[in-house]
Amino acid sequence: MSDFEPKIVAFFCNWCTYTAADLAGTSRMKYAPNIRVIRVMCSGRVDPQFVLEAFAKGADGVLIGGCHPGDCHYQRGNYKARRRILMLQRVLEEFGIEKERLRLEWISASEGDKVRKVANDMTEQIARLGPLRRGDEHG
Amino acid sequence: MKVSIDPISRLEGHGRIDIFLDEKGDVENAYFRVPELRGFEKFCMGRLGEEMPQLTSRICGVCPIAHHFAATKALDACYDVEPPRAARKLRELMYNGSFIYDHTLHFYFLGGPDFIVGPHAPKAERNILGVINKVGLEIGKEVIKHRAYGQRIAEIIGGKSTHPVCGIPGGMSKPINEEERSEIEKMAESAINFARFSLKTFEDIVLKNKEYLDMILSDTYKLTTYNMGLVDENNKVNFYDGKIRVSDPEGKEFLKIEGKDYLGAVEERMEEWTYVKLPYLKGVGWKGWKDGKESGIFRVGPLGRLNASEGMATPLAQEEFKKMYETLGRPVHNTLAFHWARLIELLYASERTLELSRDPEITSQNLRATPGKPGEGIGVVEAARGTLIHHYKLDERGLVERANLIVATTNNAPAICLSVKKAAFGLIKNNNVSDGLLNMIEMAFRAYDPCFGCATHSLPGQMPLEVKIHDSHKRLIRIVKRD
Amino acid sequence: MSMAEKLKLAMYWAASCGGCEISIVDLNEKILDVIKVADFVFWPVAMDFKYSDVEAMPDKFIDVCLFNGAIRSSENEHIAHLLRRKSKILIAYGACAYNGGIPGLANITNRQGMFDTVYKTISTNQNTLPKISARVPEGELELPQLYDTVKSLAQVVDVDYYVPGCPPAPKIVEASIDAIASGKLPPKGSVIGPSKALCEECPREKTDKKITAMKRTFEGMPDTKKCLLEQGYLCMGPATREGCGTPCINANMPCTGCSGPADDVTDQGAKMMSALTSVLALEGEENVSEENVLKMIQEFPDPMGVFYKYTMPTSTLKRRVMK
Repeated sequence: MSDFEPKIVAFFCNWCTYTAADLAGTSRMKYAPNIRVIRVMCSGRVDPQFVLEAFAKGADGVLIGGCHPGDCHYQRGNYKARRRILMLQRVLEEFGIEKERLRLEWISASEGDKVRKVANDMTEQIARLGPLRRGDEHG
Repeated sequence: MKVSIDPISRLEGHGRIDIFLDEKGDVENAYFRVPELRGFEKFCMGRLGEEMPQLTSRICGVCPIAHHFAATKALDACYDVEPPRAARKLRELMYNGSFIYDHTLHFYFLGGPDFIVGPHAPKAERNILGVINKVGLEIGKEVIKHRAYGQRIAEIIGGKSTHPVCGIPGGMSKPINEEERSEIEKMAESAINFARFSLKTFEDIVLKNKEYLDMILSDTYKLTTYNMGLVDENNKVNFYDGKIRVSDPEGKEFLKIEGKDYLGAVEERMEEWTYVKLPYLKGVGWKGWKDGKESGIFRVGPLGRLNASEGMATPLAQEEFKKMYETLGRPVHNTLAFHWARLIELLYASERTLELSRDPEITSQNLRATPGKPGEGIGVVEAARGTLIHHYKLDERGLVERANLIVATTNNAPAICLSVKKAAFGLIKNNNVSDGLLNMIEMAFRAYDPCFGCATHSLPGQMPLEVKIHDSHKRLIRIVKRD
Repeated sequence: MSMAEKLKLAMYWAASCGGCEISIVDLNEKILDVIKVADFVFWPVAMDFKYSDVEAMPDKFIDVCLFNGAIRSSENEHIAHLLRRKSKILIAYGACAYNGGIPGLANITNRQGMFDTVYKTISTNQNTLPKISARVPEGELELPQLYDTVKSLAQVVDVDYYVPGCPPAPKIVEASIDAIASGKLPPKGSVIGPSKALCEECPREKTDKKITAMKRTFEGMPDTKKCLLEQGYLCMGPATREGCGTPCINANMPCTGCSGPADDVTDQGAKMMSALTSVLALEGEENVSEENVLKMIQEFPDPMGVFYKYTMPTSTLKRRVMK
């Protein structure tokens, strides 16, 4: 288990979180390399199908980063993301997948340090949970 | 050496018959086995209670309306709500309409071809198409038309005929209007004539044919058992509601109980060679694979119901009821008489559908009563194939905590096994296992119109049960326990 | 048409309820037209042909096989392979063969989970259980092995076409039979039916989605003219393929999703989750606290059963991971 390296797929919104990740990069902040970032225009763009597919194809965790409520570039996208991800977490638990493996964080463009903290924290948490067990033929 | 009939045909569901022959080519033993299982009682746990009418109807697409209303009645009990009288009538109207379809389907499509084209007819002709060839296109079209009428009645009231949606705790989802009511009335009138014609056909083709009559009366196709069915307050057959009545092999009343007390009257057991469970009367006990007064094996479905009752509630059906018992004696233990009883029920269902379609309340819009708090409840109906019981326990959010379903054909499973065994012993000798003879063995189960999708919804499982019975002042008057 | 030219049809049921069989019988008089151009060579509900008759057929003897029911046992899978070999065209007919169907809900458990219920039974001979191979005095009797996981037909064999619905609606059945009889079949792998969501076909008035709270189907009295989802009743219409004629909605009950997803969607449940959460408590969403959002979502009863009622085996995750 100690050499288990979690694979975490991250969907970061272009306007806030992705910019923050850039800032973390230009500020030379070091953080866990387990996060694979995919840029989307808004956290509200993240279709639950993306998350499920990520889990089905090998991700041990999925992180979604968006603007703080009230600050969405498209006004209301993150409100939908909030409701959507909460519902998806419930359904994931029904599928036997721990809800901690799906995480939604509000990270604004200036919060490079928060990107670092969340990445490290989530990597550690997933490492403790272990690799995602996918349901095979026998459950 | 082993001869297998695989799969059995002209029924709902999966099954196989395995016959062991000794060196002389005579039957050592015959086993009727059910190889399927889907697990409804397990995966319904955690589901919304009000989804059960639509979930459980997928146990069987031939008799979905039976499950739909057993479930709906169970929900009424769980939510402690009495549907408005008009809703009750509308449910019963749809229920009887579905019997028109189901019993017509069985006689002409499933079991009847054996008589109409003959049990030894070539395989390719022993089916509805062979029947149409034999009776001619005119009559064939009448058969198709009336089966469709039964479906249409369900579709009008329930949205869909297969897997309807109208049953809710406390009532029905929508009313019917005058145009729809009138359409149902006309269909019911036609169905009555069609049922009478079918009974006449049975008389001409079957009863007046010596070979068939001998088959019916033969020991090969006879089983002396207890009989069970729902009856109204006059002990007449009722499909939608009533008390459970059991008569013994001599025709005397053995017990008469409320549906919710069924669980105290029946036990079940397992065998290693079949997935279906095997119920029997607790008060008599399991005495092995035999029939008779000492054995707890009982039968449900048309013959079971008619034997367990004292008549039919509508006039034309009652005449036919009397005729059958005058011809065959009372009670009737001849398995093939299930076909006759089924046609009598087709006539009753048609008459009852007409009665209800003319009820002044049937187009009422007052179809919903407000449910109370969710709890535990039992719903009992007579499916076409026999007594059907749904028993649910809902949690405080109305989700299913546990469900137990005791299904019509399961009740008949031991009798079916015995009937097949007897038929094999009676018919197969000296290695003669022709297609026609094997088909005659299948006729032994077809008479029951079994529904093995129903019978194998789940693995055996019962839940500890405690039913608290309160009177109208909410005083606890009785606790019925089973654990 | 001479005998040699008649199409050879077969229809088989795996883990099925028989409703799909009935949907064909519900062709009523049209069945007489069908048999002018086709013969049924295997159809256990209505005809006496046995497995041995199918085994004796040359490969690709059957022109079109309508296979309904999910794959839940070794027998179901065995016959799926057998019929694939013997058929030119194999159609996954109905929700169970296409999506897994309601029996697919058993993917929240496995065989052991179902068997555990058995040990708590009060059957009088509790230690006797069905066996795959049982010894009786005369010899041995075999039963099929039940699988832990329910599968759709395409998850075990190559499938040519899919017919949606539970059961397929009359319009869809007719379209399928017409396509088969005329030989004018769509590209391989197609679903026979229109491609948009049910809302397209639904006759109800659709205005603004301002749902403040969800209602259970027996709560209140649904207005018969307005969109059910707008009234707070959970209707799967937005995530469900159109083509059935909306019979459930016409009976004043919401759609439960039996036709499966529309084109280009892999996970119907995910789509409905997305659609519902987009519009639930839309009014004043900017003022709702995190806590109250959480509460609203937590109170939603049984998302699994509602969103994945017919499609769990073919959803992205397919089944629950058992501990």
